Amino acid sequence: MSNPVSRRKLITGSLAAGAGAAGLTYAARLASRYGLIPPDSGGIWGVGETLTYATQRVLMSYHSLAREFNRSDISKVIPVSGDPPKTERFERLLAGRFADWRLTVDGMVARPTTFSLDELKRLPSRSQITHQACEEGWSFIAEWTGVPLSTVLNSVGISPQAKFVVVFPFDESWDSLDLPDAFHPQTLLAYGLNGQDLPTPHGAPIRLRVARQLGYKSVKYLSHIKVTDTLKNIGKGLGSASPEFGYSWFAGI
Amino acid sequence: MADFAYAPRLAIPTSDVLDSPRHSALVRITHWIFTLSFFGLVVSGFAIILAHPHFYWGETGGIGSPSLFDLPLPTMLGGPSGWGRSLHFQSAWIAVLAGSLYFVSGILTQHFRTHLLPAMADLSWRSLRDSMVEHLRFKRPVEEESYNVLQRLSYLTVIFLIFPLIIITGFAMSPAITSVIPQFVTVFGGHQTARTIHFFLGDILVLFFLVHIAMVIVAGFSSRMQAMITGHPAIRKEPS
Repeated sequence: MSNPVSRRKLITGSLAAGAGAAGLTYAARLASRYGLIPPDSGGIWGVGETLTYATQRVLMSYHSLAREFNRSDISKVIPVSGDPPKTERFERLLAGRFADWRLTVDGMVARPTTFSLDELKRLPSRSQITHQACEEGWSFIAEWTGVPLSTVLNSVGISPQAKFVVVFPFDESWDSLDLPDAFHPQTLLAYGLNGQDLPTPHGAPIRLRVARQLGYKSVKYLSHIKVTDTLKNIGKGLGSASPEFGYSWFAGI
Repeated sequence: MADFAYAPRLAIPTSDVLDSPRHSALVRITHWIFTLSFFGLVVSGFAIILAHPHFYWGETGGIGSPSLFDLPLPTMLGGPSGWGRSLHFQSAWIAVLAGSLYFVSGILTQHFRTHLLPAMADLSWRSLRDSMVEHLRFKRPVEEESYNVLQRLSYLTVIFLIFPLIIITGFAMSPAITSVIPQFVTVFGGHQTARTIHFFLGDILVLFFLVHIAMVIVAGFSSRMQAMITGHPAIRKEPS
């Protein structure tokens, strides 16, 4: 009845384990080369984060469009989460109706540029009625108007080595996008909500809109955009403030 | 083998019996991996709900719009839904990978056809009613070679209906996935409807789990556990 592990089983088992380890190492190197490893791939949730992000980037189209809706679908109530930044700088800009507000775009770009609100509004705009889900579970449909982030990035000319676009708001909720989402046609620097100027609680004067990710990626109250090839030296190196609070960097889910 | 199963004391285990386990190694391994990930999914699903214990029908819903129903739970922001979502996805990956392995091998080895597809004769109302009555009396089942008709039907429902539906309603809540395949969400009539159905499907799986455990206890907990761990039911020393 005793069933010791036979020599053949031991040998084939070791060979299979060795091949598996070698395969995994090779897969990890390949994934890294093609930018399939998210910045928050360390830690206990790293396996899930990496599988989700890599699978989506490999299997899915970079520029598939999020669903768009009709005006009649627009939600009557648009919940607000979070408060406007409490900094003196932001409050002064708000009091001046953002006339003195500037958006700096720099980093790995050919022409670092500072945009005023009017300058951004003069660029070709896009309006879209999309569904936005918060990671908490609630959702709404609204019309967003703004300049595509790709238009701004093309106007400053990003370096061929660039890999990420980092956005810094007036508060601590900085975040970053990979290039597929940064250049996605529905990714906007939004200044309009349902045909009006973006209300302050919704991120005035400009917020990011990332149509294919959860709400928290659509960072409000933008002040600075930086193009970079690495996220390691920003914050804790996790690509966003969100992972520091336990939320995923990639929120396409 | 049947003699051995019915009167274990009298049977001398032959190598033939020992070599054909009640559950194949692949079924046993995927069963326990899936069990772990199922616990992960239930715990994390609950944690995610705590961020917004309200459910809606249609495309949208939130504070300030009418809900379909509200769970009597506290709203806990800024914590459980963060690690909850990470655990949910990590568990879902493990569950889907183990489940896919089980699914493909179940088709290739004809496990589904031979062990789970009920015989036509067993699908009569009379046969179903008899089986139901037996279950409701919590009658200890005789050691049978294979599953009874109610087991077969509930396993088939879970494997071929509930699992695919809970995966698709999960996909329906992903704005990235629905940008490629919008039908995942439009077929249900909206994001919030998919979320609500996902919740009910999860409840059905928890209910299935509870009944499954109850039936394992009725049938003999240690024997069934041993069968799912070693492949062979415990050989009882004393007649029961």
